[in-house]
Amino acid sequence: MINLRYFAGLKEQTGVSEEQIDMAGRTVEELWQWATEKYPDFLSGAARVAVNEEYALPTDVLEKGDVVAFIPPVSGG
Amino acid sequence: MKAFEVVTEAINPQVYADFVLRPEAGAVTLFTGHVREWTKGVRTLHLSYEAYVPMAEKKLAQIGQEIEQRWEGTKVAIAHRIGELQISDIAVVIAVSSPHRKTAYEANEYAIERIKEIVPIWKKEIWEDGEQWIGDQKKKPKGGLA
Repeated sequence: MINLRYFAGLKEQTGVSEEQIDMAGRTVEELWQWATEKYPDFLSGAARVAVNEEYALPTDVLEKGDVVAFIPPVSGG
Repeated sequence: MKAFEVVTEAINPQVYADFVLRPEAGAVTLFTGHVREWTKGVRTLHLSYEAYVPMAEKKLAQIGQEIEQRWEGTKVAIAHRIGELQISDIAVVIAVSSPHRKTAYEANEYAIERIKEIVPIWKKEIWEDGEQWIGDQKKKPKGGLA
């Protein structure tokens, strides 16, 4: 399983901060497609994806146990 | 304290200035970012910051490494506070020491710019009549994977 984490505005859109899905072996791009189908408002957030606390590329392949975070535009400082 | 940390309590900037001070340093720049009441005519009552804490601390440390590689002889400490912050509270502190003044200023500004680019921390402004998560402050996203 892959552990998904949502933050800030995206968390409010999904209604959950975490969930698990069975997408090991699939790419970040495929995960993104899954998320935007499940959560139609997702694109408006223009999120980046982090895998195990590093920003990922769309072509990166997910592995069992990965922690994947959807990172909406950051606004610290 | 840690040199790069996300905290939930009030920030004491002196702690971070003391951390970077050492005999070879001729300059310490200390930047504190505060909660502002008015933004483009809209009055903020308070702010709420959220972070992906482990990744945020990792990215703050990365910024420190970038600086210490780019400007020789610098030492950096950064803290960002999350949770509910009131007007004038310190949200972020950046301390940089270096042998000379110019480097300390430049490196400090670089740190805040990088924080706004890569550190997963989000700010929500709470107004009298609503609230909003604030988006990317450096560039306007077009949607989709960045």
